[in-house]
Amino acid sequence: MIEELIISGRMNPEIDPHLHAWPWYVPTDLFLAALVAGILIFSAFLTLHGRENEFPAAVKRAPILAPFLLGIALLLLFLDLSHKLYFWQLYTNIRWTSPLSWGAWTYLFLTPLAFIWAAIHIKTAFPNWTWPYKWIDTFIESLKGYRIWFAWAILGLSLTLGMYTGILLSAFNARPIWNSAIIGPLFLTSGLTSATAFILLNCPKGSNEKKLFCTVSLISLGVQTFLMIHLVMGYLSSDLAQVKAADLFLGGEFTTLFWILIVALGTLIPAYLHILYLKNIKIPVIVPSILIILGGFFLRYILVEAGQISHW
Amino acid sequence: MRYAMAIDTKKCVGCSDCVVACQTENNVPIGYCRDWVVEATSGTYPDLSMELRSERCNHCTNAPCVRCCPTEASHIVEGGIVLVDPDQCIGCKACIASCPYDARFVHPEGYVDKCTFCIHKVEKGEDPACVEVCPTKCMYFGDTDDPNSDISKLLKKRKWKTLIPEAGTEPNIYYLI
Ligand code: SF4
Ligand code: SF4
Repeated sequence: MIEELIISGRMNPEIDPHLHAWPWYVPTDLFLAALVAGILIFSAFLTLHGRENEFPAAVKRAPILAPFLLGIALLLLFLDLSHKLYFWQLYTNIRWTSPLSWGAWTYLFLTPLAFIWAAIHIKTAFPNWTWPYKWIDTFIESLKGYRIWFAWAILGLSLTLGMYTGILLSAFNARPIWNSAIIGPLFLTSGLTSATAFILLNCPKGSNEKKLFCTVSLISLGVQTFLMIHLVMGYLSSDLAQVKAADLFLGGEFTTLFWILIVALGTLIPAYLHILYLKNIKIPVIVPSILIILGGFFLRYILVEAGQISHW
Repeated sequence: MRYAMAIDTKKCVGCSDCVVACQTENNVPIGYCRDWVVEATSGTYPDLSMELRSERCNHCTNAPCVRCCPTEASHIVEGGIVLVDPDQCIGCKACIASCPYDARFVHPEGYVDKCTFCIHKVEKGEDPACVEVCPTKCMYFGDTDDPNSDISKLLKKRKWKTLIPEAGTEPNIYYLI
């Protein structure tokens, strides 16, 4: 057994006794970004398939909040910077090897598109909506003609954003918990699951869309569970550093949080409630939806925290 | 040219003079350090062995901190020294998370800081402060691309190891064992 004791008194803040460079801003930012990515993916995808009228909540209502959520995500990203006045340096470089650079550029292009997308749909979602100036109305009406082009751009950028939220972590070989190729697809899937929950909150009572999105949500939860099992199996079949890192979830510090908040409350219980709803048992959809959204947040929170603790 | 450091773990007494010399030379803020001494004890009681080693940024050849930096603030200069440009650093801390050695920290002014191999001295042909001050002369600094440098000869003659080689970072701090 090898023990290492730091005797020099290295006690660098945020580094010792274990890394804590990224506080809650980062997992919250990753969660909001994945949620928005999921909402926009569904909206753009259904638009491209000409199903806008069948799925008004997914295509028109849910995306109205997306740009604001994206704005909060960007604000959190900014708040996390310790050298804030230099943030503009992010946009003087394109660094292919840096997931953060990819993320920053994706935010830059997606945010205005998300605003345009929300503006295009606001009148259909809220028929009484009026713009304060006539010219805004005319301008937005003229943009509707390019809806399909916007949908393609939004779909591509949202997929990049959803993947980025996971790749940001999985690119760090230095932290055994993050060093897994599964985290990218897992965060993208979890973003889609959270988006289904958000869309369900926007569906009118008893609508066909609600039933369909309940099914989509259930499938998405299933894929997410499969990826989570793969993640843990990947740790356990890897090198000693990852086996030890997996202990954080299997008996260690994060065991209770992981199994209760993510597996039970965030996945299994909402999946069961969805099944009951699909069997026509009266279930207030707000319950599974909120559980899924909270589960999505805690998935990032716990992985970011555990990743900073895990080391070689 | 490839600057590197070799540290003789058989000669290091763990006095931490290298730590203080670095803090003084580089105006490292109080409460922070760019280098530190580790005492590693291995074995099972009573068969224990102890190793003392002075650690710092490994100026890795395959530096993840440089790759993940979104602004090019983390960069590699002539001789393979890994530096941070405070005027380009936004403080995103991605490089801190990417370093398996936890060699970086956020300077109280907001940018990320770490060992520079005392580049301001090296450019004048001097040794880094920690190497100069070591009372047991256990640290060697030089160019490993030059087969005739003292450090190259030492690395040919002595057994050595690097830290966490499995992380694939190709460190340039060698520990003579
Ligand atoms: S030791 Fe860490 S900070 Fe230094 S070059 Fe290697 S990865 Fe970068
Ligand atoms: S904290 Fe500074 S040096 Fe480190 S990755 Fe971010 S911008 Fe680059």
